[in-house]
Amino acid sequence: MSEFTVGARQRDAVSVLELKGYLDAHTAPELERAFQAQLDEQRYDIVVNFKDLSYISSAGLGVLMQFIEDVRKNNGDIKLCNMSARVYNVFDLLGFPMLYEIFDEEDEAVKKFLNKTGNLT
Amino acid sequence: MPDTHNHNEQILQIQSRTEFLSDMRNFVSDAARRVGFDEGDVGKIELAIDEACTNIIKHAYRFNPDGLIEIRLSTQESGQNSRKFVVEIFDSGLSFDSSQYSAPNMSEYFRKLRHGGLGILLMKKLMDEVEFGPSVGGRNAIRMVKYLPA
Repeated sequence: MSEFTVGARQRDAVSVLELKGYLDAHTAPELERAFQAQLDEQRYDIVVNFKDLSYISSAGLGVLMQFIEDVRKNNGDIKLCNMSARVYNVFDLLGFPMLYEIFDEEDEAVKKFLNKTGNLT
Repeated sequence: MPDTHNHNEQILQIQSRTEFLSDMRNFVSDAARRVGFDEGDVGKIELAIDEACTNIIKHAYRFNPDGLIEIRLSTQESGQNSRKFVVEIFDSGLSFDSSQYSAPNMSEYFRKLRHGGLGILLMKKLMDEVEFGPSVGGRNAIRMVKYLPA
């Protein structure tokens, strides 16, 4: 069975979801719950850190698409960071960089949000 | 539980459950590695099989966990000094009419913030050939090919 976990933490007003393991159709509901928990708390500035994610299928991409509309409607965004080449290739193959900003490092993604809200000079 | 036989071709018969997707991926990636694909190609083949089997679980069996998925792997000659890795996947669920399929336009997909429906597009991008049907012995069939580097 695939192993997958999502950790959530706050960096100021920005939520960071840390993905670990294998994200497929079996484990995608775990990520859905993690996003839903953020929206329930009205947290719409979300960084997804892929550092420890070994694998992603289209089921994982589907979760990002499922929440992006609600998040952006509330003036937030989902920004992505720390992808391995293997995971990035799946996003790239389908053109996802057109819709999502992808950063090398978490700090850059968080800063982009904080600059937007004027919390960081 | 997985049932693996070893002849000229390798066969995995497994129930249509998402919890077994990792077994399906491992079965195919181990074989792809053994026949000489590099890790990049192994990853592509593994993902294509995941997408195909996920579609079978969701659409052909509609999450009925007792359906059967059979994956057959073989390596075949393809012309002079070249070989191809052939993956055939069979199921006995609802059949898929590939003539009704048209690949999503990704600009429009993102503009309309759609989700889902990317599996077949990925399979086609990852493999050299993807063919649906014809059904064999009343079962649905998908045949995918990846050419081995010379």
